[in-house]
Order: sequence, then C-alpha cells, then structure tokens
Amino acid sequence: MDTLENSLSMLKNPAIISFIMKGTAFTLIISVVSVFLSIIFGAVLALLRNYCTTPRIRIFRWLASIYIELFRNTPLLFWIFICLVFCPSPKFVDRPMFGLSSVNNKLLFKAAVALILYTSGVIAEIVRGGLNSVARGQIEAGVSQGFHMVQVMWYIVLPQAFKAIIPTLLSQVITTIKDSSFLANVAVIELMARTKQILSAANRYNGTNAINVSDVFVLFGTAAIIYFVINFTLSLTIRGMQKRRGKMAASAQRV
Amino acid sequence: MSGIFSSRAWNKIWTYRATFLLGLSNTLKTAGVALVIALLLGIIFGLMATSGKKLLVMISRIYVEIIQNTPVLLQMCFLYYALAFSGHSLGIIVTGFLALGIYTGAYMAEVIRAGIESVPKGQFEAAQSQGFGYLGRMYYIILPQSIKVILPPMVNTIVNMIKNTSCLYIVGGADLLSLTYSFVTGENTGGSYAPAYIVCGTIFFLLCFPLSTLATMWETSLKQRDRKTDTAKEA
Repeated sequence: MDTLENSLSMLKNPAIISFIMKGTAFTLIISVVSVFLSIIFGAVLALLRNYCTTPRIRIFRWLASIYIELFRNTPLLFWIFICLVFCPSPKFVDRPMFGLSSVNNKLLFKAAVALILYTSGVIAEIVRGGLNSVARGQIEAGVSQGFHMVQVMWYIVLPQAFKAIIPTLLSQVITTIKDSSFLANVAVIELMARTKQILSAANRYNGTNAINVSDVFVLFGTAAIIYFVINFTLSLTIRGMQKRRGKMAASAQRV
Repeated sequence: MSGIFSSRAWNKIWTYRATFLLGLSNTLKTAGVALVIALLLGIIFGLMATSGKKLLVMISRIYVEIIQNTPVLLQMCFLYYALAFSGHSLGIIVTGFLALGIYTGAYMAEVIRAGIESVPKGQFEAAQSQGFGYLGRMYYIILPQSIKVILPPMVNTIVNMIKNTSCLYIVGGADLLSLTYSFVTGENTGGSYAPAYIVCGTIFFLLCFPLSTLATMWETSLKQRDRKTDTAKEA
C-alpha cells in the first residue's frame, strides 16, 4: 500500500473529479427518469392485471400478467442486451449531446429503455399491492355515485393506492440507482462505468506507470461512498416516513 | 427479428447446445455456492442484529447498510480487481461466489432479523424462564414461529440472486447470460440473436418463475391468515 499517496493524488485531479461527478449526475438522472416513466407504465399494467376481469377484456389482464412475470423473472442485463440489438432508436438521439458521443447516446437510449421496461414490471407489482390495500367498498361507492370506472380509478382508487406505496416506490429508487450500474456493461456513461474506465487508465494519472491495488481501493472506494451517501440518505428518509405513518396509524386506531 | 423463424439459426443453437448447458451449470453452481455463503452470513448477522448487545447490533447494521446501499456490480468489480492487482486472483467463478454471497447475505440477514423480531418478546422470556439455553430457545421456540415469515422474502432474495449471476459478465463472466452474449457476438457462432436470447430467457424464466410464484403464494396465504387472526382479535 506504499502507492496509496499516488492513488489519492488522482482524486486531486480536477479532470477526474469532474468525470466522476458527471457520472454521478447521469446515474441520478437515469434512475429518476426511469422510475418516473416506470411508475406510469407500471400503474397501467397493474390496473390491467387487477381490474380487467370481465370476459371481453380479460385478454389485457393476461397480457399484463405475462409481461410482469416475464420481466420479474429474467435479469436486467438480459433485457439490456436484447434492447441493444432489437430496440429501434429515434433520430434525435443519434447526435452528440450531454457531453456524450452519438454512439453513446444511442446506447444510453436503448439501455434506458431496457431499464424502464424492467423496472415497470417491478413497479407494477408494487402498485398492485397498493391497489389491493384500497377497500373494495371505495370502488362500489364510487360506481354508485355514477362515476365511470376510469373516473373511479383516477379520482378515488389511484390516489389512495399511491399514498400507501410512496415509501416502497422511494425504495425502488434506491434499487434503480443500484440497477443503473448495469449500464456499465455496455457503455461508459454513468458512475460505475466511469470508475472502471479511470481504473483502466490509472497508470497514466497516478504517476507510477502501473495500476496498483491502492488505485482499486481509492477509485471503487470513492464510487462506493458516492452510492452509499445517496442511497443511505434516501433510505433514512424512507424510514422516517414509515415511522411517522406507523405513529399516525396507531393514533388513528386509538381514536 | 427475422432470425426467430430461421431454421438455420435454430440449428446453430442446437449444434452449440453445450455452450448453453455450460452456462446453465455455471449459473447454478454460482447461485448454489453463493446461497450457502449468503445463508451462513445471513444467520450470523441476523442473530447478531437481534442479540440485543450493542456492539454486535452495530456491526451487523454496518454490514447490512454498506452492502445494501452500493451496487452488487461495484462490489464484484472491487473484489475482482483488488484480488487481481494484488496478485491473488481467484478466478471469475470464485469471485462470483464470494461477491454474490456477501451481497445476498446482507438481504438474508435483514430477512432473518425481521423474522425473529416478528415473534413476540414474551416468547423469548417464557422460553428463558423454562430453562432453555440460547440455541435451544432459538431452535425449538423461535425458529418454528418465524420460519413462515422468513421463507417468502427469502425465496424472493434467492430469485434475485439467480438473476444477479449475470453480474459476472462485467468481470469476464462464465454464467449463462455472458456465454449467450459471447455466443451471439462470436465470430463463428454469431448472428442468431433472437433464438439464442429466447433460449437464455426461457432458462432464466424456468428457474425463477416457480420460485417467485411459490413466494407470492406463501405471502398471500400468510396475509390471509393474519387478517383472520386480526378479525378474531377484534371479535
């Protein structure tokens, strides 16, 4: 570990720091956008799976079930590989932007599609849990008031369901931040890939003309700390939220 | 998508079926050994978390938080490169055992902790007052009551671990997905994307679907039983 000084000196290099920070920003943006879009898609899947029970529209229920089970039981990397080959990418991503080359932008688009498709399957099951927690009487009451089924869902069921699952959805953000590291397998965009990239060129930056163990510790350690700080802050927030909810539920029961 | 119906592509898969079987066996081997490591770590740290001794609880918390809040890919790369650059390389598969085992162990520890904490405190005290030692208490009184709470999330964790064997790809992988990828991009074997991915996806699905369905069924029956006891309490 006598090369530790040299390895640490890499972290004083402004180019490396900004390279890592850009990666962190990409990780965050990719994760938040993916979760947001997955919530929309996942909610649709959950509604289809839960409420398309009449014979005429039962096919949608089956399709949604097949989708959810398929994506929940196969690895994310599998879908990333598939999207790289089969997912068409629109024209507007095929040019340099966000400081990435046009090739990387295309890869980012395809991999993000895979991440969204995969996360949707997981979120659909979370939303379904929320939907099932809404009392059956709520739907019947809504229908008896003359609401159309779509209105019942939009105004009555979904708001209650989402309120119930906010903590779970937030913890899904943590999972997605971790999952976004799978993009490192196909392109150098986010934090994980950039860390690996710096390591492979560490001999040029640390002044010893060789890649040492201390470089591994310093670089992956830095990335781990960044991931940890983001995720741990989120998970503390979630825990605080759940505690407050638990107290509220308890006091509501006492009254 | 043209390749799906091409018999030539499917024939190629059949000729190279050994690749997929090797991948499957590597994935199962990795998952199996990692499961043993994860269970050991899970039991040790789960028991530490519920031991009530401040130091042990703290050690277990630190392990769980650090592992759960960083990506498994990062842990695997860290382990692999740290070993490789210090000249102690253990090979890809063994690195996979260790990294996946340590990662999944943190989830197992949480599952076991939650299971033990689901047993009312009076049970521990009653067992103690009857003269049970620590192991006897855990084995005869706590385990039978908590196993039903533990099993469903534990099976889900195992499903995730099987899916996570694909992480091996980043360190040069020998698992099912990595071998499939090198098959479809290989010089002699390349091109038959759709059939190869269908085979690979089907294998993963057949491994994971029964397990995750089992977990969901257990969970549902558990919830129904809870509801029944709740209504019984209210009445």
